[in-house]
Amino acid sequence: MMQMNDRRPDVIVVGAGLHGLSAALHLARAGLKPLVLEKDYPGRHASGVNAGGVRRLGRHLAEVPLSAVAMTMWHNIADLVGDDCGFVRCGQIKIAETEDELAKLKKRAREVQAIGYDHEEIIGQDELREHIPAIARHCVGAMICRDDGAALPFRTTAAFAYRARSLGVEILESHPVTAIRRDAGQWHVTAAGRQFEAPLLVNAAGAWAGHLAALAGDPVPLQPQAPMLMITERVAPFIKPVVGATGRTLSFKQFDNGTVLIGGGLRGKAFPERNITTIKLAAMRTSAQTVGALFPQMSDARIVRFWAGIEAIMPDEIPVLGKSPNAEGLYHSFGYSAHGFQLSPVTGRIIADLVMHGETDLPIEAFRADRFNSSEDTGIARIA
Amino acid sequence: MSERFDVAIIGAGPAGLAAAGVLGQAGCSVTLLDEQAEPGGQIYRGIGSASGPRKSVLGADYAAGASLLPSLAHDSVTHIAGATVWEVTPERDIYYSQAGKASGLKAEHVLVATGATERPMPFPGWTLPGVMTAGAGQILLKTAGMLPPSPCVLAGSGPLLFLIAAQYLAAGFKIDAIVETTPRGNLAKALPHLPGALLNNKYLRKGLAMLASLRKAGIPHYKASTSLVAEGDGQVEALKFTSGGKPHRLACASLLIHNGVVPNVQISRSLNLDHAWDSLQHCWHPVTDASGATSLAGFRVAGDGGGIAGAEAAAHGGRLAALAILEDLGKITGGERQARSSDDSAALKWHGRARPFLDALYAPAREFLEPADSTIVCRCEEVTAGKIREFVDLGCLGPNQAKSFGRAGMGPCQGRYCGLTVSSVIAAKLGKEMDEVGYYRIRPPLKPITLRELASMDLDDDADERPAA
Repeated sequence: MMQMNDRRPDVIVVGAGLHGLSAALHLARAGLKPLVLEKDYPGRHASGVNAGGVRRLGRHLAEVPLSAVAMTMWHNIADLVGDDCGFVRCGQIKIAETEDELAKLKKRAREVQAIGYDHEEIIGQDELREHIPAIARHCVGAMICRDDGAALPFRTTAAFAYRARSLGVEILESHPVTAIRRDAGQWHVTAAGRQFEAPLLVNAAGAWAGHLAALAGDPVPLQPQAPMLMITERVAPFIKPVVGATGRTLSFKQFDNGTVLIGGGLRGKAFPERNITTIKLAAMRTSAQTVGALFPQMSDARIVRFWAGIEAIMPDEIPVLGKSPNAEGLYHSFGYSAHGFQLSPVTGRIIADLVMHGETDLPIEAFRADRFNSSEDTGIARIA
Repeated sequence: MSERFDVAIIGAGPAGLAAAGVLGQAGCSVTLLDEQAEPGGQIYRGIGSASGPRKSVLGADYAAGASLLPSLAHDSVTHIAGATVWEVTPERDIYYSQAGKASGLKAEHVLVATGATERPMPFPGWTLPGVMTAGAGQILLKTAGMLPPSPCVLAGSGPLLFLIAAQYLAAGFKIDAIVETTPRGNLAKALPHLPGALLNNKYLRKGLAMLASLRKAGIPHYKASTSLVAEGDGQVEALKFTSGGKPHRLACASLLIHNGVVPNVQISRSLNLDHAWDSLQHCWHPVTDASGATSLAGFRVAGDGGGIAGAEAAAHGGRLAALAILEDLGKITGGERQARSSDDSAALKWHGRARPFLDALYAPAREFLEPADSTIVCRCEEVTAGKIREFVDLGCLGPNQAKSFGRAGMGPCQGRYCGLTVSSVIAAKLGKEMDEVGYYRIRPPLKPITLRELASMDLDDDADERPAA
């Protein structure tokens, strides 16, 4: 009998971030032989260095159905990848500092209920203080998703990679893809000077996916950007849930080891061709001011690290997910716009559904690659 | 708005002070940022306020540092003392904290003169209270005249090991033993470099004189010592080691350790400047030309931060960098620069002659580059060498992945005390060269700052602009 690894790949996945690995893992479970080509190593960029929020709270309505399924997968993540990924069901809370903000949150919760989901609940000041005793006194209430939580990004990526490999997926690190070509029902892929071929191709190349999509005839206005985070030294435990704010950009989370992660929508500069990012200090200052306003006792905590990952941001901040509208045998899964971590268990399942059955039971129409074509400014020129 | 300067110099040691002198004399606006309360760097620490007796304890080489202080008298030179630089951007914005307040400035040219730092010397027990680096001991002596508790054992390798023993002796304090870890085979490897070193035998003569004074004082000197273990219950009580084929155990209340010095590359690494691995000095240094120019325009490195050559060489290097900056600023012509550089260039070359011999002679011992499994390598996060090796078994290919696997290098010191060791443990385990394995990506802030300092910063708002999606 032929060895598993000697079998030619059925599908080539470009990118060993979480979405590529999830696709490879689910495709392997469906009986295919995926080959993953990774330009660096698994989790080198957005997947490994993000804030680790496992959040349904506040998602774009188009993402809510996927996010809900992903959440049930997170609650049993060890069944999928053999490790708990450091997931904790600590809840996510979005604070309202004024009555106006609270009204906004209530309106939003009703919108989500209207499409059939009840995970976003509104709580008043008393319950907010029960959850977060350290919160500044002026906060009037919050939205809470009790079963949301957080996980450890690099550990999660490593677990997906480990499980994928154990299912026969081959992951080649330091294999940047430089060319793709469709010929006689096969994708011919050049990476690190080697040639690979398979009938199917999955583009999960994150911030580098736009180039690949353009080569395949699906130009998309993807912008590589650099979401920024900072982390403090260890401080005494004082907060369990992940906290966001309504009127300001903030994501705030204390890990079990006492360090506090501060982020939330602020962006530095990305240089994807050089694999590096730079920090925008003025934005970090804004975060520090927000933390000072909401958690005054944190002001003397020392920041030990700023960093930024390289992530693909779409103009409408929702991903490109699904079959290519223009190229045969090509599937896209990228552009998660700095909130793809929570979705990762389900996006691979969707790709596997599409490959195996040509359809999926989750609504993905909003994520079509050609949705930008009708708009006046797609931001990039079509590459011939 | 940030203040703007022609030149920002980071570090007021010999390289920074010498450069400030040249630039100040030419009327350039210079800011000299330094972490210490007084100029002088580590080598001339506290030189401006040292008393006569302290200067005689520390020796003539130390006292000579005072000649650099007039550099600060130029009107156009601003010395910002007690300033911790915590971020340097490729656009030459420099952010620092001073007395709890964070500020920024901008410069046309940046000279990084941050000198050397002690090479980590990990062995079982090195994290016990009572164990400190010889450099830290020397700082206490230079700034406070403080002596370590007796009995005191000095262990390790390198010229500084003997210098500090001699300085203590001059201060009337006799180290109880020197446990030298210089490997036996080093001398044979160093000998081919001896003829070159004899062309400048100043360092050799000084070294031999120090050794003679220590011998005369009757300080026991254990050579080619291996298998070091510091023992103690909550405090160092003894050093165990093997020397001359026999096991030894020396009781001590303080243990000073030293394993040579290496360039402090935190800033140059954080800027992603090109670095090269120096297999003779066993360290990385930023790639520079003779004037200290790096791979990024506008940034120069001078002094030991560009490669270990010592304090006098650093001053020459600082002047050469300053002259090149003057030419870049259009203050002097290329011809003038060449004419004014020749003495410093020649002196720099002369100081370099003894280097290959010293570097080979004091090449660090394997046991500290690849410590035993139980040895803590990353002190902040308490990651052992064995853990790092486990990460490699799990697929870790370099120090940056080691961060992700187990938090090595992610504590408050930002990897300063473990970076070289983590890279060398991984390299040895993978059978690769150091430059294949690489070094930590250094993230800002270079030193921790409080949220309050960051929140209260006066910053240009254009730094706040988000690129259009």
